[in-house]
Amino acid sequence: MDHTTNHTTAKAPLNDPLDAPLLDVQDLTVDVLSRSGAAQRVVHGVSFTLHEEETLALIGESGSGKSISAMAVMGLLPATTARVGGSARHRGTDLLTLPEDQFRALRGRRIAMVFQDALSALNPTLTVGFQIAETIRAHEGVGRREARARAVELMARVRIPDPALRYRDHPHQFSGGMRQRIMIAMAVALSPDVLIADEPTTALDVTVQAQIMELLAELREETGSALLLITHDLGLAAGTADRVAIMYAGRILEQAPVQELYDRPAHPYTRGLLAAVPRLAGDTDDLTPIPGTPPGPGLLPAGCAFHPRCPDVGERCATQEPMLLPALPDPPARLVACHYPLEVSGAR
Amino acid sequence: MPDDVPTGAPLVETGVPLLEARGLVKHYRSGGLPLGGRRRATVKAVDGVDLTLRRGSTLGLVGESGCGKSTLTRLLMALDRPTSGTVLVEGRDLLALPSAELRRRRRDIQLVMQDPYTSLDPRMTALEIVREPLDIHRDLMPKKERASWAHELLHMVGLDPGHAHRHPHQFSGGQRQRLGIARALALRPKILVCDEPVSALDVSVQAQVINLFKELQREFGLSYVFIAHDLAVVRHVADEVAVMYLGRIVEHGDRDTVYSRPAHPYTRALLSAVPDPDPRGRGATGRIVLQGDPPSPTRPPTGCAFHTRCWKSEEICVDQQPVPTPESAVGRRQVSCHFPEN
Repeated sequence: MDHTTNHTTAKAPLNDPLDAPLLDVQDLTVDVLSRSGAAQRVVHGVSFTLHEEETLALIGESGSGKSISAMAVMGLLPATTARVGGSARHRGTDLLTLPEDQFRALRGRRIAMVFQDALSALNPTLTVGFQIAETIRAHEGVGRREARARAVELMARVRIPDPALRYRDHPHQFSGGMRQRIMIAMAVALSPDVLIADEPTTALDVTVQAQIMELLAELREETGSALLLITHDLGLAAGTADRVAIMYAGRILEQAPVQELYDRPAHPYTRGLLAAVPRLAGDTDDLTPIPGTPPGPGLLPAGCAFHPRCPDVGERCATQEPMLLPALPDPPARLVACHYPLEVSGAR
Repeated sequence: MPDDVPTGAPLVETGVPLLEARGLVKHYRSGGLPLGGRRRATVKAVDGVDLTLRRGSTLGLVGESGCGKSTLTRLLMALDRPTSGTVLVEGRDLLALPSAELRRRRRDIQLVMQDPYTSLDPRMTALEIVREPLDIHRDLMPKKERASWAHELLHMVGLDPGHAHRHPHQFSGGQRQRLGIARALALRPKILVCDEPVSALDVSVQAQVINLFKELQREFGLSYVFIAHDLAVVRHVADEVAVMYLGRIVEHGDRDTVYSRPAHPYTRALLSAVPDPDPRGRGATGRIVLQGDPPSPTRPPTGCAFHTRCWKSEEICVDQQPVPTPESAVGRRQVSCHFPEN
């Protein structure tokens, strides 16, 4: 990076940050290292771009690599247990090569994360108010009193009743939904322009989930931050995302604008997921499952990772891994990694 | 609407029902600290539940965490003694039976657990896991037939009998849940109580297991109590649905009636909160987002327990607990609400 004395330009990379996408992840790889030093690749070259104010959903089943990709982008994988490759540029600055002190200054302020399990993400021995205030003090160097006032204000903004009183409570004194609100308050405390939410409502009941998603939408309307939503829930993504990327075995198999993806899936796996999900409308005949189970990281098949479960498997699938390429009917917005993508005629 | 006309069997079966809960109540004492530092509280986990399971059918039980689903499961399985009320299996109160008889009767009702990772003994092979119930209930089957029946069970649930000597960790989550189902079927039960049986599974595999439940039911005439928080899953398996809130059933009826015309505001809110896997439904009108969390069962609200979160709440809801409507009043269902829909 170019070191200049001016503080504002010191943050800027060589290319104009205004032209650079908000978050541009290219060819991200993650190798998980075992104690013996053996490496196991769990993310195989994932690329996606997040634009200003946009919501991109990364959908995948367990073990698909969606969460670990997010952790890698956030620089939260310890170097002793994981090796990260590729690049993740935030307004042109590659987060993956950023020195830790600079990354720390950026994390929280420009990119913040909401975790699935608020109970283990919060410190059980500290009051929630202190934890929110600490975030503000660490990044903005304001005094205790001001940080406290802003924390109370944030707690009110995420609709915690009696915020000034509850400032002194510890995480265990809150319900699951309220704890998730605290996490969201911490995440939005510094008005980041990227929020990464990793299964933010998976641990919650459905009525509370609806509240949290509504709150997230409202806050984002106010702050204009973009959202990378990591989820296994096709319903949640359908209700929130502008674009969707479908992950499987550490790769993105398909990426498209949300309506196009749900209406006309081009990858057989996407179609399979949509046929397998139980719905509140339509017939209740037997669901159409995808046969088999997702491969474990050490047992990846050759060629396309999905080919052993694919109903449309062809001759190239077992030998040649398909690349994620623009595909009909809506290139370049739609990308598909399949040798024989489905005829997208509009019928589901 | 066809469901205005009560068709088919009534909710309350004539003759002796397969499984019946009458006025079931379970209160737990809790909250006390060892040195009396805090007052002990009573948790009304199940607070007056009446249910009937019809032969060959599936009763879906839905509700959010803390509503008493799991306590109800324990009561139905005769694993816990209710504070009051009874559970009748084919007209017999299991807990009133002498212990030898109870042991025999228990075979009729078996449990499929939620977590296929912790509910299987990691040191046993698939075959041993499925065979174990038969080795405990020894009078059911001679020893030399047990292994072949266990193999047949593995085949029935779609597991490769060639994997009979594998251990649980060598199976995927979906295969483990199949193993749990095979074990539950070992004693040829009439009823399976399934406690969140597919919620730990990914969607592509979940559909396989849901279909397996339906196949087994068609083939063996099994009856299920299917407990789940996922309303879309329940819609695909249940014939009847009961919605629980804070220890009580607030609405109970046949599936299509409850899903297409929910009468209780809580049922409406639950259904409205389920994310629709179709972006077209976004921004649809009539979406209900409830305020607040479910109240604690140690301090349930007065009157109707839902009144603190209900947009229709009036004075009567605060004062009086609603009684279930007679079944005929609103189609094939019962609802406990002072101001039900339609």
